[in-house]
Amino acid sequence: MPQAADTGHHTNGPAAVPAQRERPPGATGPPPTSRSGAVRPAARTGSGRVGAAWRKRVTIAAFLVPALALYVLLTLVPILQGAYYSAFDWNGLEPLDQFVGLQNYRDALADPVFLAALRHVLVILVLSLVLQLPFALGLAVLLNQRMRGRSLLRLLFFLPYVLSDVITAIVWRLLLQPAGLVDDTLDSMGFGGLSQLWLADPDIVLYTVFVVVSWKYFGFHMILYLAGLQQIPTELEEAAALDGASRAQAFRYVTLPLLGPTIRISVFLSIIGSLQLFDLVWVMTNGGPVGASHTTVTYMLERGFERSQFGYGSAVAVIAFLISFAFALTYQRVVLRRDVAGALTAMGAR
Amino acid sequence: MHRVARTALLVGVAALVAASCGGDDDSASDAEGASGSGEPVTIEWWHIQNNDPGLSLWEDIAGEFEAEHPNVTIDITVYENEAFKTAIEPRLQAGEPPDLFQSWGGGELAEQVDAGLVTDISDDVEPWVDTLNEAAVKMYQVEGAQYGIPFDLGMVGFWYNKALFAQAGIDAPPATWDELLEDVQTLKDAGITPIALGEGDKWPGMFWWAYLALRNGGPDAMREAGETGSFDSEPFVAAGEQLAALIELDPFQAGHMAAVWDGAGGQAATIATEGAAFHLMGQWAPGTQEANSPDGEGLGDKLGWFPFPSIDGGAGDPTDGFGGGNGFAVGRDAPPEAIEFLEYISSPEVAQRWGETNSGILPVVNGSEDSITDPPLRDILAARAEASYVQLYLDQAYDPALGEAINDAVEQLYAGQASAEDVAQTIADAAGG
Repeated sequence: MPQAADTGHHTNGPAAVPAQRERPPGATGPPPTSRSGAVRPAARTGSGRVGAAWRKRVTIAAFLVPALALYVLLTLVPILQGAYYSAFDWNGLEPLDQFVGLQNYRDALADPVFLAALRHVLVILVLSLVLQLPFALGLAVLLNQRMRGRSLLRLLFFLPYVLSDVITAIVWRLLLQPAGLVDDTLDSMGFGGLSQLWLADPDIVLYTVFVVVSWKYFGFHMILYLAGLQQIPTELEEAAALDGASRAQAFRYVTLPLLGPTIRISVFLSIIGSLQLFDLVWVMTNGGPVGASHTTVTYMLERGFERSQFGYGSAVAVIAFLISFAFALTYQRVVLRRDVAGALTAMGAR
Repeated sequence: MHRVARTALLVGVAALVAASCGGDDDSASDAEGASGSGEPVTIEWWHIQNNDPGLSLWEDIAGEFEAEHPNVTIDITVYENEAFKTAIEPRLQAGEPPDLFQSWGGGELAEQVDAGLVTDISDDVEPWVDTLNEAAVKMYQVEGAQYGIPFDLGMVGFWYNKALFAQAGIDAPPATWDELLEDVQTLKDAGITPIALGEGDKWPGMFWWAYLALRNGGPDAMREAGETGSFDSEPFVAAGEQLAALIELDPFQAGHMAAVWDGAGGQAATIATEGAAFHLMGQWAPGTQEANSPDGEGLGDKLGWFPFPSIDGGAGDPTDGFGGGNGFAVGRDAPPEAIEFLEYISSPEVAQRWGETNSGILPVVNGSEDSITDPPLRDILAARAEASYVQLYLDQAYDPALGEAINDAVEQLYAGQASAEDVAQTIADAAGG
């Protein structure tokens, strides 16, 4: 990250500043290591550059090492460990000596429960994109108008996001139980016939989960869109109006394109969130009944911990990781390329 | 400022690294403490009696032992049942089990034995172990060697609401499976939900299937299936068919597929609020029902107990029980004082005090039965005394993977998504039979 390196540079103290000024922009090659340059006219600047370059390296290292160490220890090493365990038939206790190669992966991909879990994730993912995000965008556009109680409404819609997943799940579990508040409310409005076994019916539970997930997260996307909308100068829409564009046209051809970067990030976060969906489902349904609301992660935890099949659970984790990783990489490289140019994709952009 | 923060971070990382490398210190000091009797010794003890009266009772007992043995400190860690299973896992994987920890015996203990995590205490407990209930003690044996000691053995049976049974005109609890089916219909006809079930937790529904299998096949079929994976044999298919016949009557409360055992709207709460007439559950049911009732009283005098009925033509003895209890396994680095403490836990005096709590813990010290005064619990004790065989809970008798596979397969039966043959076949496949 070039920015981080520059910031580090400025904290180097006065001694480093002149040296930096003389440094040609973009010079990243190794510093001259030979001291023979001392006899040449450029001698003084040369030795100054050596010292400055080294100080710069030390500074970069000092800033990078703590984060890097944590990242390696707590992220990379566990991922590699998981990949290693996934090649064994292992109950977590006995020595790791039953090497099975790719058998765990073959078993996972042949298990209808796991395939169903993947399908559930896909359903939640698509429904989120098609229903939850447009809903959040619509609300954001509404709440971007001048109106009474705008701040209060924004706060109210954002509130569910502040709750922890576990609390959300417990509250909704209570609301959705037979003859719970949801059924009572439907009943009192004369829609008692619509009452369902929201969590107990395997055909319905996944959609119930989707509604609760949306209830919790739409406020977050709404706030993202609001922030994006506020960055769009009102002059542009006014100009469009002067040119005779209807409000719908102004929205379609002015607002929406300018909101592009926000939408792309929001879609990215939504998809990653769907792929990693866990806490809410685990507490609310435990993946059931009969696995009808399993996600890849609840399935992984159930097989890994409750059945003590840690090798198999690790294989499921690796599959889930690869899916998320492949998606994130592709999305950043393809869809977000313009948005993150110069930051994440500096090398490719050059 | 920056430098301070940077140093702090570096120190933090260094501490993390040091912590992850230095995990062996505890067990090493335990082992040293064991060598001399006067040396200070710490016994690390994990139990799951996280509610009173058990919580305080264990604290008192540890305190008394410490007073008798001034060099001993007992370091108690308490977890709720499910939380314990999660918390113990990393300790076992790290090869550092607590000195004494909650164990249900059976297949899980056998796995710990295979991994060398627990100690063979056969010789140490030999002088006093025959003062305990034999069926209970056997659950903590692996290939004839003793690795743990029970303090409780209960049995699963039917808890019923006498008032609701009377209201439907049923004067005696069913003695056969066919009578039970008839009573279910009678209750339904009287407008009473017959059975409460928390199938969201899966194991409550498994109890029905397991008891039916035990009645159909007897201890031999259960044992053989555990060894060879023959869960597709006739008794297990028959059990599935009988259970399917019950499920077809639609006897459960609404939403039973998502309901839990212990929690709002769950199985215990449904019974405690008279939302259903009976259910199949272990000896701990009254305590959980009380905790899940608005007034904290549960059903009080309305609560009765009857054993699982017999099945015509079944190979199992109608007195055979299905159940399990609680006990402690001895970690591999446990000091000798830990076994002395186990002996104290297993003394008639401690058993007496457990019994007097009438809390659902049924002490296994022979002769302590009279300490229990609660009528339903006395019914269970009578059934336990009569039982020639007590089948340990399947998820504990077999290895955990098979136990969970059974739970999942039987859940499909309740959801109407599989036939009795499918269920038997799925379990046999999971068992590798």
